[in-house]
Amino acid sequence: MCGAPDQDTLPALEVSTKEAVVHGFVTRAGSPLGGAYVRLLGSTGDFTAEVQSSATGYFRFYAAEGDWTLRTLYRGGSVDTSVTAVQGQAVEATVVVPD
Amino acid sequence: MSRADVLVDADWAEAHLDDPKIVFVEVDEDVSAYDGGHIKGAVRLDWTTELQQPEARDVIDAADFGALLSRKGISNDDTVVLYGGNNNWFAAYAYWQFKLYGHADVRLLDGGRKKWELDGRELVKDVPERPATTYTAQDADLSIRAFRDEVVASIGAKNLVDVRSPDEFSGKIKAPAHLPQEQSQRAGHIPTAINIPWSKAAADDGTFRGDDELAKLYADQGFDGSTPTIAYCRIGERSSHTWFVLRELLGHTDVKNYDGSWAEYGSLVGVPIKKDV
Repeated sequence: MCGAPDQDTLPALEVSTKEAVVHGFVTRAGSPLGGAYVRLLGSTGDFTAEVQSSATGYFRFYAAEGDWTLRTLYRGGSVDTSVTAVQGQAVEATVVVPD
Repeated sequence: MSRADVLVDADWAEAHLDDPKIVFVEVDEDVSAYDGGHIKGAVRLDWTTELQQPEARDVIDAADFGALLSRKGISNDDTVVLYGGNNNWFAAYAYWQFKLYGHADVRLLDGGRKKWELDGRELVKDVPERPATTYTAQDADLSIRAFRDEVVASIGAKNLVDVRSPDEFSGKIKAPAHLPQEQSQRAGHIPTAINIPWSKAAADDGTFRGDDELAKLYADQGFDGSTPTIAYCRIGERSSHTWFVLRELLGHTDVKNYDGSWAEYGSLVGVPIKKDV
């Protein structure tokens, strides 16, 4: 499997010591925003991965340690959110899409 | 062949939804995407269960491809417009497979599902009923498919374009960053390969960049247009995207997709591997 897994049916999160997970929720006006395209960009802005947020707005990346940008595309625009991934941890990021 | 012969934009697609000789085909790895809504009249192809053999790791053969398209109600003289999620990765893979088996007129929808959704264009849940056809597939065109022995022999001799992300190329990670990293194969890349991630060929909305921009992108990374080329990624679908760019958009004639890709190469015994980390 290589494509983006369905974020509605992901297995329970278990973070190994080798992984640096970035995950969280996309929200708009306090409500979950499903169907947004969340792109994981490296420190130089290079694209690394993309998933579509689940019905609950959830997204998950298995990144590497370091600084990342989450570029979230929604109907009508996009928003960037910074996050730092830590080895062996699941770092939570909240993406807030403008009303 | 021009860009318009291989790529259609969303406006063109919307204007041709009811054209009886044009068949829209959604190709996803995640089949639930189609169930949740698809372009009106589009039929579904499942990359995992329909385009791949059920046991051996290989594409289906010509006879099975013909039977599949017959069941789907696609004729040899239909114009097939492919689209899908993941920035058209699997649609590009299907495009390559349609070309492998000699389909005359196949095109990609620029931007795939993502642009269609972001544009707010109509998606429907009605599944079309297309009468079965008698589709005849051609013998596989192996001028567009590379196997492992050719890849090994091409080290230092042909353009080897590794289209994975920089961290996969360097060996820092073994799979795309939206997937768990437990894999058995080694990390790194094929020696002498250049790393031009597939994503550089596309804008945020999944549409392909312009021809001039694409030509400059590859030239700047050391791509030699006068030399035969083999593109690879992890399982052959992202490299189909780049194969499409190099052969179908930019017109390089000798470009092959190595669909075995890193999942195969990184597990081979005795082949050289370069790791940068």
